[in-house]
Amino acid sequence: MKNIINKSIETFLAGLKENPVLVMLIGLCPVLACSTTANDALGMGIAATFVLVCSNILVSAIRKIIPSEIRIPIFIVIIATFTTIVDYTMKAYLPKLSESLGVFVPLIVVNCIILARAESFAYRNNIFLSFIDGLGMGFGFTIAIVCVALVRQFLGAGNIFNSAKLISNPILIMILPPGAFLVLGCLVALVKYIENKVKQNQPKVISNLPSSCESCAKKSFCVIKIEN
Amino acid sequence: MNNSSTLFAIIVSSMFVNNIILMRFIGLCSFFGVSNKFSSAIGMSGAVFFVMLLATISSWLIYYFVLVPLNLVFLKIIVFIIVISSLVQFVELFMKKNIPGLFKALGIFLPLITTNCAILGVTFLMLDYKFNLGQSIVYAIGVAGGYSLAILLFSSIRERLEIAPLPNAMKGYSIVFITAALMSLAFMGLVGLFGY
Repeated sequence: MKNIINKSIETFLAGLKENPVLVMLIGLCPVLACSTTANDALGMGIAATFVLVCSNILVSAIRKIIPSEIRIPIFIVIIATFTTIVDYTMKAYLPKLSESLGVFVPLIVVNCIILARAESFAYRNNIFLSFIDGLGMGFGFTIAIVCVALVRQFLGAGNIFNSAKLISNPILIMILPPGAFLVLGCLVALVKYIENKVKQNQPKVISNLPSSCESCAKKSFCVIKIEN
Repeated sequence: MNNSSTLFAIIVSSMFVNNIILMRFIGLCSFFGVSNKFSSAIGMSGAVFFVMLLATISSWLIYYFVLVPLNLVFLKIIVFIIVISSLVQFVELFMKKNIPGLFKALGIFLPLITTNCAILGVTFLMLDYKFNLGQSIVYAIGVAGGYSLAILLFSSIRERLEIAPLPNAMKGYSIVFITAALMSLAFMGLVGLFGY
């Protein structure tokens, strides 16, 4: 039992650590196009997460009967089915959001994250873990897109979500297309900077220690000393 | 409606004003993935041009002659993606047998096209604009031209970026995005010229 919980937490956190957008750099189109306001971004994130979780569950449920030669077309049809559901539900209940996301709702079907997770995770793992993986990856995607949107909306339009204007002279270019590339570029650089910093602070393991060190009790202490 | 000035407006607008990559953000994965070398950018834009034209024509025909009469419009996402992926397979087999030279030149890029959202995006956009067949063909040519323009220009810049002195964190994709921002800024100058 404890093992299962540990494993599911690990799977969920992988979605944040190996963030699909900021680290793996896949599924970029919606991140750039649907991040002019934080509302749109949140809607896109939730829609993509829904499709990701559902397709992960279904792929994992029928993984034993999918012939491996034609698995990709089957994955695509499954994803397209859920995308159609999202598209029509959104049109019926959230017409305004559907209009502002436009062509990017049907384009969820070619979002590389979803196909990549179906192929590399759901096809190889059980239903529960696939569900958790879908949630984690979807959460990572949503966080990334909302982060970009918050920065863009704050600098470009001067507000956050539906709030009143917070700054008087917003920089219009931020909500226009160039701003999207600029913000994402800076965010990726920030993530890489933090990653480099974390890596520097970790002691490197030295593989070829002098043979006399092997039996020494203070070996680990000594290795860190050498590093510093 | 279908006079030459409309067609001209469509082609200029889809190529420059609403450039599919820099203004609409469709097809970015392949754009960033393939643009690191000029030669592969040429291969990719050739493949996109070819498949986009065929995909647009076939999905227009299927939509208006099959889906609309049968009242199955809600299946369009599934049908279009199947049409495109089978089309790519078919083109691949056909080329391998009849035009091996072109097949070799396009190489790996042909199968990659299936997951290129630019192709699928164009088929949905042409439905949004309610184009007729002639306008859709012109639109597909314009969009493919815009894609090629962006990816060829960008890959030439990117080849220079590899030897540029940069801060550590900026290396790799970060500076690539910022360069794309500058290019997009240049294309911003044309916004508002035509509406397509």
